[in-house]
Amino acid sequence: MKFNRIIRNSFSRVLFCLLMILAPLSLSAQESGVENASEEHAEAAHEKSGLDIKELIFSHICDSYSWHVCTFNDVHFSLPLPCIVYDDGLKVFMSSKLGHEGHYTEYEGLKIAEEGTYSGKIVRVSDGSRPLDFSITKGVFAMMISCGLMLWIFLSIAARYKENYWRKPTGIQAFLEPLIVSIEKDVIEPSVGPSGKKFTPYLLTVFFFILINNYLGLIPGGANLTGNITITLVLALLTFIITNVFATKHYWIEIVWPEVPTWLKVPIPLMPVVELIGLFTKPFALCVRLFANMFAGHLTPIVLIGIIFMFAETSVGAALGVSLVSCLVITFLTLLECLVCFIQAYVFTLLSSIFIGLGQVHPHHSEEVKENNLIENK
Amino acid sequence: MQLLTPDFGLFFWMLLCFGIVVFILGKYGWPVITGMINKRGEEIEESIRKANEANSRLANTNAESERLLLESKNERIELLKEASNEKDKIIADAKAKAEEEARKIIERANESIQLEKANAIKEIRQQVAELSVIIAEKVVREKLSGDEAQIAMVNKLLDEVNVAKS
Repeated sequence: MKFNRIIRNSFSRVLFCLLMILAPLSLSAQESGVENASEEHAEAAHEKSGLDIKELIFSHICDSYSWHVCTFNDVHFSLPLPCIVYDDGLKVFMSSKLGHEGHYTEYEGLKIAEEGTYSGKIVRVSDGSRPLDFSITKGVFAMMISCGLMLWIFLSIAARYKENYWRKPTGIQAFLEPLIVSIEKDVIEPSVGPSGKKFTPYLLTVFFFILINNYLGLIPGGANLTGNITITLVLALLTFIITNVFATKHYWIEIVWPEVPTWLKVPIPLMPVVELIGLFTKPFALCVRLFANMFAGHLTPIVLIGIIFMFAETSVGAALGVSLVSCLVITFLTLLECLVCFIQAYVFTLLSSIFIGLGQVHPHHSEEVKENNLIENK
Repeated sequence: MQLLTPDFGLFFWMLLCFGIVVFILGKYGWPVITGMINKRGEEIEESIRKANEANSRLANTNAESERLLLESKNERIELLKEASNEKDKIIADAKAKAEEEARKIIERANESIQLEKANAIKEIRQQVAELSVIIAEKVVREKLSGDEAQIAMVNKLLDEVNVAKS
C-alpha cells in the first residue's frame, strides 16, 4: 500500500530514478548491441571500411534526416522523417527515399552529401549547393516532441490550479511546483528586479525547455538537442533581443558614455568599445556554454565506447578490460550528467535573467541594483 | 565544421516551435500557475493570521468573561450583604416604630385613666357633698323642728346656695 502510494504520488522520484537507471543501461545496451553486430560481421565490416570512430561519434551527436534506432546485421532500423526542401518548388518526401548511412541514393535531383562543407546535409546533385531546407530532421522532431510535452505538462498543471488552487498538489504538479516557485522567486525575481514580471513567462519556458531536452537527450536514442549549436543560438539570440529591446535609456547611456574617466572615452572610445563588445559576448557566452556542456556530455560516453572498439581491433582481451573500465566511467559520467543537465538549465536561466536585469537599470540606484543582484546570486 | 555551423532549417523550426510554446504558456500556462500559487500563498498567510487573531480574541474573551463572572459574584455578595443590612434596618425601624406606638398608646391610656380618675374623684366628691348635704339636712331637720331661729338660718343658707347656684 505504502509503496503504491509512493509511486502514485511521486512521479518525480520515479522519473528521476528511471533516468538514473536508464541512462547508463542505455549506453551499455548500445555497446553490447554494437558488439553483437560486430562479432559476426566484424571482419567483413572492418575489411570493408574499417571502424570509423569519428563517423560513429558524429552520427550520434549531429542532426540527421532520419531517427536511427540501430543497425543489426547490416539492416538499418530507423524512423524515416519528412524532408521539406524548397528547390524550384516545394518538395516533400520521406527521408527513406534518400537511403541510409553508407547507402545514400539520389531523389529528384537531391542527395545527402557524404563529404565536403555540407557533409550529411541535403544538397543538389548538380553542383553540390544547398537548397532551402526545412526538413523535419531528428532534432526538429525531438524538439517538437519536447514542445508538445511541455505544453501538455504545463497546461494540465495550469488547468489543475485553475480548477481548485487551494487543493494540495499531487503527482507531477507537486513535483514541478517547488521547481517553478524556486526558479521564479529565487532566480528570476532577484536577478531581473522589480520591473521584471513580464519576462517571467519567457525565462520559465527557457528553463523547462532546456531541462526537458537535456533529460530527453540522456534517454537512449534521444536527440542531442541542447548540444546543438542552432538551438542554443536561438535561445541566446532571444535573450539578446529581449535584453536590448526592453532595455532602459540608462542602459544605453552606460554603454555609449559609461561613468569612467573621460580620457577612457575621448578621443579613443576605449570603454564604449569594450562595452559594445560586452553586449555581444554575453549572448555568445550563453550560446557556447550550453552547447559545449551538453555536447561534451554526449561526446564523452561515445568516445569511451569508441575506445573499446579501437582496442577490440588489436585484441579481445584488451577490449574486455577496457570495456569494464569504460562502463564504470560511463556510468559515473552519466550520473554526473544527470546533475549537469539541471545545472546547465539553471545557469542558462540565471544568466539570461541577469542579462535582462542589467538592461533594466535605473539611473538612481543602478549600481546598487547590480551589486544586489550579484550578492543575491552568490 | 558541421558541428559549429547553425542549420537554417533547425533554426527556423526552433524559432517557430519555441515561439509558439512561449506564447501559449505565456498566455495560458505560467500566469495561471504562478498567479494561483501566489494567491494560495497569500490566502494561507491570511488565514493563519486570521486564526491567530481569532485565537487571541478568544483568549481575550475568556479573560473578559472570567472577569465578568468574578465581578458579578462580588456584586451578588455585595447585594446580599446590602439586602441583609436593609432587612436588619427595616426590622429595627419597625421595632422602634412599634415601641413608639406602644409607648404612645400607653401614654394615651394613662391620660385617659388620669382623666377618668379625675372625673371619678369629682363625681365622688359631688356625691359626697350631696350625701353630706342630705345627711346634714336630715340632721338639721330634726334639730330645727321647732326653732324659729334655726329656720331663719336655714333660709339664709338656702339663699346662699341659691345665690351660688344662680
